[in-house]
Amino acid sequence: MGRYSVFSLLRQAATGNTGWQRAWRAAVPKPSYDVVIVGGGGHGLATAFYLAENHGIRNVAVLEKGYIGGGNVGRNTTVIRSNYLLDGNTQFYEFSMKLWEGMSSALNFNVMFSQRGQLVTAHSADQMDTFSHRANIMRSNGIDADILDREEVRKLVPYLDFSETARFPIHGAIFQGRAGTARHDAVAWGYARAASGHGVDIIEGCEVTDFIRHGDRIVGVETTRGRIGAGKVGLAVAGHTSVLGQKAGLELPIESHLLQAFVTEPVKPLVDHVIAYGADHFYLSQSDKGGLVFGGNLDGYNSYSQRGNTGVLREVCEAAIALMPNISRLRLLRHWGGIMDMTPDASPIISLTPVDGLYLNGGWCYGGFKATPASGWCFAHMLATDQTHELTRCYRLDRFRTGHMIDEAGAGPFAWLQ
Amino acid sequence: MLRIACPSCGVRDQGEFRYGGDATVERPSYDNADQEAWFRYVYVRPNPKGLHQEYWQHIFGCRQWLVVERDTVTHSISSVEFARKQRA
Ligand SMILES: Cc1cc2nc3c(=O)[nH]c(=O)nc-3n(C[C@H](O)[C@H](O)[C@H](O)COP(=O)(O)OP(=O)(O)OC[C@H]3O[C@@H](n4cnc5c(N)ncnc54)[C@H](O)[C@@H]3O)c2cc1C
Ligand SMILES: [Zn+2]
Repeated sequence: MGRYSVFSLLRQAATGNTGWQRAWRAAVPKPSYDVVIVGGGGHGLATAFYLAENHGIRNVAVLEKGYIGGGNVGRNTTVIRSNYLLDGNTQFYEFSMKLWEGMSSALNFNVMFSQRGQLVTAHSADQMDTFSHRANIMRSNGIDADILDREEVRKLVPYLDFSETARFPIHGAIFQGRAGTARHDAVAWGYARAASGHGVDIIEGCEVTDFIRHGDRIVGVETTRGRIGAGKVGLAVAGHTSVLGQKAGLELPIESHLLQAFVTEPVKPLVDHVIAYGADHFYLSQSDKGGLVFGGNLDGYNSYSQRGNTGVLREVCEAAIALMPNISRLRLLRHWGGIMDMTPDASPIISLTPVDGLYLNGGWCYGGFKATPASGWCFAHMLATDQTHELTRCYRLDRFRTGHMIDEAGAGPFAWLQ
Repeated sequence: MLRIACPSCGVRDQGEFRYGGDATVERPSYDNADQEAWFRYVYVRPNPKGLHQEYWQHIFGCRQWLVVERDTVTHSISSVEFARKQRA
């Protein structure tokens, strides 16, 4: 695999783009690996990359039942931010943000990270207070945050509804200038290519169907491409953690739920930032192709089916028009869904498990894309050292039993209401 | 959208109902001092990929709580009963 550079671009341009190589090797499963990672999404691939890069562990396989980029890593709305309130989350997501800032050069792959800034609108004096609190916490952790009043918001995004008749008048906003978006497929491809370059085997079309045990220890996996031995097995399967966890005998505080995303027909550049609507669960940004990308609520009941539901479609369009009336005539081109692990406190799980040889990375709810690099970094640390990384001390699996929830959404144990 | 056959109102659109979570978890009795039982009741969910028994309330109809058995992959509904009948 050659390195991408200006010169490689010029060379290919001069020779008709006929010399490009595969981005990653098509690997055939070996009988065993030091570490097997189940799930070739962003988190699994990042874990493999950092295992090799940070810990020198290269005898690693990533097993993906479908194809790289086909899961949530390629289905999300790509919002990256580190505007968290709770201790533990604040530091973890800011560490992730720093990794995003260096990702394209670290991976030698342009992930199109665009720090266009995110604002969350506030619609009451109380909400302004809450946002000020959050901004203070962020600043005291060295994270950029600004509180904007109504006029400052109007100057930045004049096309929102500032009229007398707005359903929920805008009081102000919290703004993080370093937040933004990245090209989600590129993140998967970039990690896959860089991991493969370090010797990691990336095996697509390989579903893990069960675990192989020696006594109480897990020593490998059964797959649709045969048995594969493993010194350690790391799970990073997004919405399917319960399905595999059950096979390993884990009882988990997780429900699988569907989240949809929507995109309109392309229009000229209009929305410079990521805008989240503080009066409802809704946000939008404009893609590089010009489509407005919308996100909203969960469908609201357990689901493993990666397709949408028109109820949420209607709610999302209502919120879109309440926030930005001038887009009411745009046509929606597409919508799609992804299955996510929802945890009772809306925080992830990166944890050792009661099962020897099995390590868990899951429960990302609907916010795990922004976590991709830090999640991979810390999970690799755990797989390599058997220790919990300091940044993920709050994400232990036993926190529900011990009462150490990290309830950022403030929703309580009702996964479908988050 | 799901269409749920309410035993008292007939087949209605999902928009008339509110979801209430997994119907298989059992609330421990009030005087149960076993932490583990409460932990399991509040947090542990089987989360099946397949048949799932779940509560729905017919909020824009008879307001009854129902237990619906639904496939979480295909969304096909195999049974709907009054929750009080099922729990009795
Ligand atoms: C519509 C939508 C919008 C979202 N928006 C945002 C956002 O704006 N910002 C944000 O931060 N997050 C967002 N998220 C959440 C984010 O996408 C996820 O939390 C994150 O991508 C999950 O990690 P992953 O990338 O590893 O998951 P995935 O890409 O889903 O990876 C898991 C992989 O495991 C594979 N797998 C499952 N079972 C097996 C098996 N038995 N054997 C082998 N492989 C298996 C799957 O095929 C899949 O490829 C959104 C999610 C959705 C669905
Ligand atoms: Zn009814």
